[in-house]
Amino acid sequence: MGRSIKKGPFIDEKLFRRIRAMADAGEKRTVKSYARRSVIPPEFVGFTIAVHNGNRFLPVYVTERMVGHKLGEFAPTRTFRGHSGVKKKTEERK
Amino acid sequence: MARIAGIDLPDNKKVLYALPHIHGIGPFSARRILAAAGIDPDRKVKDLSEEEVAEIRKEIDSSYTVEGELRADVSANIKRYIEIGSYRGARHRSGLPVRGQRTRTNARTRKGPRKTSGVVKKKA
Repeated sequence: MGRSIKKGPFIDEKLFRRIRAMADAGEKRTVKSYARRSVIPPEFVGFTIAVHNGNRFLPVYVTERMVGHKLGEFAPTRTFRGHSGVKKKTEERK
Repeated sequence: MARIAGIDLPDNKKVLYALPHIHGIGPFSARRILAAAGIDPDRKVKDLSEEEVAEIRKEIDSSYTVEGELRADVSANIKRYIEIGSYRGARHRSGLPVRGQRTRTNARTRKGPRKTSGVVKKKA
């Protein structure tokens, strides 16, 4: 089920205040954040946010087209290196 | 034979069941279109007059995205997910389910036919 319209999008307050403060001061620094669940509001565009993926902070440069998505969508939490069988096959085909 | 949105509607079906042959029109919107055009949904396509067909066509053109245009919209959306580097885009790229379904079993619609990867024997 989608989120109630009445509530509006969920935006991490703390991160939003930090970004706005930076915008007011005219600075642009990378902000570390764990707020993967936060929706990206238009105010974040142009900033780089280091989003935690459970292990490290991955830098995400926010572009206009990312607005409305959540920060976590851009910091994958799993690394898939391929299945063991597939690699063997290609190697032995030399 | 009535042609709407570049698709021939089957003559021998009731209009209500003929309209879903158009990509982008399901049973629900078919009913709505017919109500807006003032046509009895139980009538067959072959019994419709040219004017009635034109009425349906007008209704679809004005308020529905169908066929090629709809397909283009969908693939543009998918392309956007891929370009912004989102998780959904990555799932589309690797041909796996996008909405968090399990992949340990099932997911055959996305993954295609089973590929068994048995042990590769070495040639002596």
